Amino acid sequence: MSTATSMTTSASSRTYVEARDVASAVAAMSAGARPIAGGTDLVVGARHGKAPLPAALVGIHRIPGLSDVAATDGGGLRIGALVTHATLVADPAVLAAYPGLADASAIVGSHATRANGTLGGNVMNSSPAMDTGAPLLCHGGVAVLVGPAGERRVALADLWTGPGRSTAAPDELLVAVELDGPPADGASGSSYVRLQYRRQMEIAIVGAGAVVTLGADGTVTDAKVAITALAPVIHRVAEAEAALVGTDGGFEAARAAGAAAAAAARPISDVRGSADYRRAMAAVITRRAVLTAVRRARGESVPVPASDTTFGS
Amino acid sequence: MAVDITLSVNGVPYPLTVDPHASLLHTVRGDVGLTGSKEGCDDSECGACMMLVDGRPVNACSYLAVQADGSDVTTVEGLSDGETLAPLQEAFLTRGGVQCGFCTPGMLVSATALLDRTPNPSEDEIRTAVSGNLCRCTGYDGIVKAIAAVAAERAAQG
Repeated sequence: MSTATSMTTSASSRTYVEARDVASAVAAMSAGARPIAGGTDLVVGARHGKAPLPAALVGIHRIPGLSDVAATDGGGLRIGALVTHATLVADPAVLAAYPGLADASAIVGSHATRANGTLGGNVMNSSPAMDTGAPLLCHGGVAVLVGPAGERRVALADLWTGPGRSTAAPDELLVAVELDGPPADGASGSSYVRLQYRRQMEIAIVGAGAVVTLGADGTVTDAKVAITALAPVIHRVAEAEAALVGTDGGFEAARAAGAAAAAAARPISDVRGSADYRRAMAAVITRRAVLTAVRRARGESVPVPASDTTFGS
Repeated sequence: MAVDITLSVNGVPYPLTVDPHASLLHTVRGDVGLTGSKEGCDDSECGACMMLVDGRPVNACSYLAVQADGSDVTTVEGLSDGETLAPLQEAFLTRGGVQCGFCTPGMLVSATALLDRTPNPSEDEIRTAVSGNLCRCTGYDGIVKAIAAVAAERAAQG
């Protein structure tokens, strides 16, 4: 079937089945079908002319058991692949311990996008600009994939390989993303901030996520920083994290982390911003993300989404 | 290969045979015959096509009809009680929320979804909710005031 090169498929070659469980979805995918849940990337991409809709589709949107947010035995969080952004933004466990993820889900598309778009679709679309990527990486995100041979777990850092590309096989279905729990010692805060020209219906021009843990004396004992729309994949920046550990988490430390993020950035120029502008803004947005995470770690309230209120910091 | 589905649109079941790639919007407009929902951008940007699917706001231009099989779909035609307009529809008329009218069906559905979930929204929450619904006439002010007025009326009625 030559769907990869033709813009349209003939009506007679199109098939659709609805999966009732993970096994039937994987079976359909093994036979060549592409999974569809909210359709907010796949169908919209086809409307854009980015890629035609696959001829064979398997609806996964009603598979039971993939729409739950639940604590893991290890003190972390397991988010089913079908959990929508709207659910994440309203989930008490997410708001309490993973506010950076709520910051991200709160600004994806419009409220219709968030009501239908799933975390699984966001992750498997592998966009370097997707908002949930940086907070998921900072929280130690692991993809749980199920294929014909069974289940395997892949760190998100090893899943994404480029824009729209991942190490998942075509017949592997993402069933959940698991996140680390907060460290046993110290107080943690997380955040995601993006540079945006408008507050809704926007795609990140530049984004950054941070998770900061403070010891009893207020010293940063652990830091995770990841950058968005600044490289072919969303990735953590070790130099930015090193610039924070051992500091007071104040402006100068955050500025140093921002400078490290800008140095690590390999942005492109496109309609939303030039590479030079993105690199310059990487420093600013990373600084704001770090300062927001520190404020939350200190117990201060920063409303979700942080992007709307952290100008000037 | 065409697929047999049943869409419940505004409470009426419609058995249909649809192409797997047919959008919910084209199916409701073309096969069901309810043309209140509009096609603007066909790209999930403008919101003119917005419907509720099992209560969720959906850009129907970019949602496959096959995925709505068995679901309850609400379009702008389902908001009124016969010839009696819904409070949101009345408020849009009396507060300048309608000019050319093309965005209005999607706006009304979007506002309905907002008030179902957030009965007493702030102006900021209203503006956020309708940010996926583009209007080129009104400047949004009448729309925002109409939605706020309905929320206030409901709050006053308890």
